[in-house]
Amino acid sequence: MAMALDAASRRNRKVAAIAAIGALSMLGLGYASVPLYRMFCQATGFNGTTQRATAAQAAGVKATARPITIRFDGNVTKGMPWEFRPEQVTQDGHIGERKMAFFIAKNTSDRPIVGRAIYNVTPEQTGAYFHKIQCFCFNEQRLEPGEQVRMPVIYYVDPDMLNDPNAKDVGEITLSYTFTEAADSTAAVPPKNK
Amino acid sequence: MASIPAHEGFDAHHHDAHDHDHKPAFFQRWFMSTNHKDIGTLYLIFAIIAGIIGGGVSGIMRAELAHPGIQYLGWWTHFLGGNDQDFNATLHMWNVLITAHGLIMVFFMVMPALIGGFGNWFVPLMIGAPDMAFPRMNNISFWLTVSGFCSLMISAFMPGGTGMGAGTGWTVYAPLSTSGSVGPAVDFAIFSLHLAGAGSILGAINFITTIFNMRAPGMTLHKMPLFVWSMLVTAFLLLLSLPVLAAAITMLLTDRNFGTTFFNPAGGGDPVLYQHLFWFFGHPEVYIMILPGFGIISQIISTFSKKPVFGYLGMAYAMVAIGAVGFIVWAHHMYTTGLDVNTKMYFTAATMVIAVPTGIKIFSWIATMWGGSLEFKSPLVWAIGFIFLFTVGGVTGVVLANGGIDDNLQDTYYVVAHFHYVLSLGAVTSLFAGFYYWFPKMSGRMHSEFLSHLHFWVFFVGVNLIFFPMHFLGVQGMPRRYPDYAPAFEYWNTIASYGYTVMAASMVIFFVNIIYSLAAGKKAEGNYWGEGATTLEWTLSSPPPFHQFETLPVIEEAHAH
Repeated sequence: MAMALDAASRRNRKVAAIAAIGALSMLGLGYASVPLYRMFCQATGFNGTTQRATAAQAAGVKATARPITIRFDGNVTKGMPWEFRPEQVTQDGHIGERKMAFFIAKNTSDRPIVGRAIYNVTPEQTGAYFHKIQCFCFNEQRLEPGEQVRMPVIYYVDPDMLNDPNAKDVGEITLSYTFTEAADSTAAVPPKNK
Repeated sequence: MASIPAHEGFDAHHHDAHDHDHKPAFFQRWFMSTNHKDIGTLYLIFAIIAGIIGGGVSGIMRAELAHPGIQYLGWWTHFLGGNDQDFNATLHMWNVLITAHGLIMVFFMVMPALIGGFGNWFVPLMIGAPDMAFPRMNNISFWLTVSGFCSLMISAFMPGGTGMGAGTGWTVYAPLSTSGSVGPAVDFAIFSLHLAGAGSILGAINFITTIFNMRAPGMTLHKMPLFVWSMLVTAFLLLLSLPVLAAAITMLLTDRNFGTTFFNPAGGGDPVLYQHLFWFFGHPEVYIMILPGFGIISQIISTFSKKPVFGYLGMAYAMVAIGAVGFIVWAHHMYTTGLDVNTKMYFTAATMVIAVPTGIKIFSWIATMWGGSLEFKSPLVWAIGFIFLFTVGGVTGVVLANGGIDDNLQDTYYVVAHFHYVLSLGAVTSLFAGFYYWFPKMSGRMHSEFLSHLHFWVFFVGVNLIFFPMHFLGVQGMPRRYPDYAPAFEYWNTIASYGYTVMAASMVIFFVNIIYSLAAGKKAEGNYWGEGATTLEWTLSSPPPFHQFETLPVIEEAHAH
């Protein structure tokens, strides 16, 4: 009888161990989803994630005759003492054409602040076709107290968009930036949320 | 399903009486319990207490919503130690109430009652096992759940940002739950989910091991009662979905306290990722709450139709299919987060596919009753009520599954009506059905059939009065999660609040019935439902002996398949 009991409890432990491994793998999957989700967004332009292109890649793109309007939006997160706005509200161009736009940022506080721009485009299905060659959002920006800067974005819209049934009818794309104080901003103590 | 011949061999009276009567002393029996029936009883008592609190919270909400304007929130804010002079703190109280109602009902009422309560009680009995595979782990599961509940209660008295308590909704979306809720309240609420989640995962491991390893000789998987099947599928859903929630809320916790930025764009995170993780858990969770109910209803319909369930294998695998497909439909909770049209199309189609196995179940229940020798005892009446109410909720679910329609109905009372029809009216109705089906088995005393029927009719009228008008309110555009509304919505809101009082009256009948049966109920026989009740628990006395099946029952080849 004792032997039989041991065999039964061994069998139980085996099943329980397999189940526990299943649960732990799902826990791991939960964490793995963080980098996986980021890669997925970057690869597919999901959530309006824009693409990055080199100057060489951009040189190979031919402008088309299809006009497109880009609308610009710039804002900062609540409590961040920066003024941030696009210099132009819209820019008219053509799909495939390389354009440059400017944004103006000013640190209105009396301490240096490192800002980080987060961005996307809407409609979100155009994310995969919106390429930036140069952007202030590629790096963190540090502004001294009272400093004002004019920051360029060089971009084009990939003509491939005209082959995507979900995106080809889009006539206007909004490019939006939100500046947040970088989480590792060593400049000063971050402002308290009210 | 195999019908079980009533062997004399494992009848309680034939055993050595000494073994069965030897029960531990009170403290040891109830606080250090390793007996699956005692732990089941503890879970049921706990679920009833949590249900009273969670149901009371909804009473406060219905009172507030009976008329436009803010009437009672200030009083409750003051009563719970908040600052009722600050109007924002008063409004925060509303968020605390909806959060508490959701979390309590999901994690501390429905789940403990269906899985911990009925699951613990009847899975071992139905498969002919002496106990669960890991009795001591079973005990830990229960007390983890209780600790989780305490943590949630404590959170109500902690600063939560705008006012006292965690006001994030049961979904705990970032950034409201991170930068939007300063103070320890949300930490306590998250910790409560950790504890309850850990308890449920351990419970799931226990059920899986018990069902795989401890079935009586001859009981193959394809002869298991459908309630056991439902618990097996539920345990797998728990095992695979809860760790994802644990990961997500742990990330929330570190975002809140240790400067990580999983869901904070300032550090490269994305709040929408939290929603994906939450609903990857959240959608299986809704099946976790309803599948055990499906199992109970199958047992009851079969018992009172006096014939085996129609399409047994189809019923079992329909539950497996619902569980499996339940993992790949989560984004239908997120149609308005900016999914592109192809993604929406996929999630719409996948969601609608679930209607097929669900339809198989509804069809088979009706087919079981068709031509059956029906006996309208209270459990059957509750079960038929379940089929009706769940089907109403299922139909509105198919409506909401459409990505296009959902853009309009997202976060309106239509959604509230939908998930209350499947949960509050579906899962809870199955709970009462199971309760009246098994209460005499658990307590040894018969309940009053008259009161049980009365309870059903008053409850049925009450809950329909509460929730049916919410369909109208939702289609008219009334948003959920607000304590106030435009006067145009008053008419149906007032009626819904009347409905709440009717439902509350039915709960009085329920408690009177319990007290009556415990105090003066007839002694219950071993098989008080008669020939239709063929599963193994009916071969035992009522209540069953403290230790059962010391000689394992043998399941013979079915003659009535």
